[in-house]
Amino acid sequence: MKTKRLSVSKILVYTVLILIASLWTVPTLGLLVSSFRPGEDVTNSGWWTVFQNPAKAKLTLNNYRIVLSNGQDPSLEGVIKSGEQNINLSSAVLNSLTVTIPATVIPILLAAFAAYGFAWIRFPGRKYFFLIVVAIQVVPLQIALIPILRDYIQLKLNGTWLAIWLAHTGFGLPLAIYILYNYINSVPRDILESAFMDGASHFTTFRVLVLPLSVPVLASFGILQFLWVWNDLLVALVFLGAKPEVAVLTQRLVSMVGTYGDRWYLLTAGAFISMILPLFVFFSLQRYLVRGLLAGSVKG
Amino acid sequence: MEKSGEKDYSVGVAQRASANLGRALVFLLVPVVTFVALWQGFLFLRENTAPQWIQMIMAIVWGVGGVAALFLVADFLLEQLPTRWKTHLTPVIFVGPALAILGWFLVMPVVRTLYMSFLDASSKKFVGLDNFAYALTNSSMLEAFRNNVLWLVVGTGFSVGFGLSIALLADRTHPRFEAIIESLIFLPLAISMVGASVIWRFVYAFQPAGASQVGVLNAIVTTFGGEPQAWLMLKPLNNLFLIIVLIWLQTGLAMVILSSAIKGIPAELLEAARMDGANEWQVVWNIAIPYIRSTIVGTSTVILILTLKVFDTVFTMTGGNYGTQVIANQFYVEMFRSFQYGRGAAIAVVLLIAIVPAAWYNLRQFGQQSEAFR
Repeated sequence: MKTKRLSVSKILVYTVLILIASLWTVPTLGLLVSSFRPGEDVTNSGWWTVFQNPAKAKLTLNNYRIVLSNGQDPSLEGVIKSGEQNINLSSAVLNSLTVTIPATVIPILLAAFAAYGFAWIRFPGRKYFFLIVVAIQVVPLQIALIPILRDYIQLKLNGTWLAIWLAHTGFGLPLAIYILYNYINSVPRDILESAFMDGASHFTTFRVLVLPLSVPVLASFGILQFLWVWNDLLVALVFLGAKPEVAVLTQRLVSMVGTYGDRWYLLTAGAFISMILPLFVFFSLQRYLVRGLLAGSVKG
Repeated sequence: MEKSGEKDYSVGVAQRASANLGRALVFLLVPVVTFVALWQGFLFLRENTAPQWIQMIMAIVWGVGGVAALFLVADFLLEQLPTRWKTHLTPVIFVGPALAILGWFLVMPVVRTLYMSFLDASSKKFVGLDNFAYALTNSSMLEAFRNNVLWLVVGTGFSVGFGLSIALLADRTHPRFEAIIESLIFLPLAISMVGASVIWRFVYAFQPAGASQVGVLNAIVTTFGGEPQAWLMLKPLNNLFLIIVLIWLQTGLAMVILSSAIKGIPAELLEAARMDGANEWQVVWNIAIPYIRSTIVGTSTVILILTLKVFDTVFTMTGGNYGTQVIANQFYVEMFRSFQYGRGAAIAVVLLIAIVPAAWYNLRQFGQQSEAFR
């Protein structure tokens, strides 16, 4: 089908694509390189000089040590400037993990049960409820913030992990149910029916048959939800509040932009720390991510 | 099987009664113990004193394990019930929790926010349509509307346009080359809007003329003899510089969806056109694009909705200053800076109404796809 000969137009296509891809990569590359350069260098010369003059380029991990430090590390004395002692992004990393892992697993669990229920259990109002689930996907989460915040304040839930898990669960569920339903509904009927014939309950069938079969789609949605929660700013700002001890990475990064607006050696290192895990997930599980995006990419 | 003797029967009753009592006790005890344990866990987590990483592990175990435990307990209880009850309660246990959370977090808030949008700042007094009048006439809201339209047109247009062009071009190259190129374009999708904002603030970084420029854009401009600019304060062009961040993030999304649609075009169709003497340009315009038209429209609505809600980028890069306000940021300002709940609610409702047409389209798509659902 495709001709092997290298025509002019073919060369042109390759060149244009390489150009676009470089254009897309340069901003991230600049961030990555700068995060490893000493503070004075970052302030005094562009990051590209590293490539123009590799012999003179100095690289260091100090920026990372500074932004991760909680001010207790004596070996950083002299390296760290005043006001930089307690950036402590390591605590923000732990907070982000504490928020993200349950806020990814809980909606998957709830959605898997619900998707199974919609697909395999007959009950009155089934179609009606499912249409609500599909329709609700498009409600912008801004609508929900104040009513939920008020409930949380009344229930004394505000600022707790449970509060933000529940919020992310609520906002992630419609898409989760939708994607999982499409998959679970397509499990061949005779597989499940023979299980029911053998006297298996719905719960057993779900646990033993459907969940293991659904691993690929659970992974696809899991990755979408993971990226969504890890990268979220708005929900964290509203429901975790401004307390630095619970702030997640995105919140801390925004406040770093406010405080250290032109200390690029710190901002670049901080931004890269917030990107490591998503990029790792991206590169290792890209297949599932693409599948998830194709399955349904509307997100509240 | 029991013998039918009188004595044996009474023993059977006694046994059954005690067994039932035991079962009833377990029936009550299991959920109570579970709830108490989970509640204690919650209180323990709220009064945190342990080192942070221990807290993290405990919180994750509590949260994930708690939900799993609740489902297991529900199943256990279900198994104790007579069949008739079981049939009725099974769907409640499977679908109920998800629907309850959806009701609390999305369905009810629509009603409550709508109601709140007719009340004053502290939600005490009825003010009629005042908040909507404010949301539609206030100067910073007008600025936000104007900017949002710009975001919609330029942001969505370029994201989908670039995404489509790259997908079409890459489809003509070696598969491995295509995979690498698409990965690189796709990569920003993994990065948070906040992270992307830091990346691009660095691209736009500004030093006064004469000083050495560390931002790529100003370095290029000064290399060619231009004056360095503070791009993010440059009205009204700064909006475009913000929109570029969105395009950079969303092009990959459009490209991935469209690329898979392009792969779905039957090869015979394209070959037939080429046999008939159509050049590549005509094949793309007259065959490929019409064939994936519905995917293009679908992708556009998805990105349109994302663009309408854009918040993090503006919040991080300019805070809505220098003429870059957008609806979602103005919403945040009214709600969480000025505590004007009525106005904030009205803005959220406006946002919802703006999204409804795209939503309606997506729903219709869904209706066509899910013939199987009866």
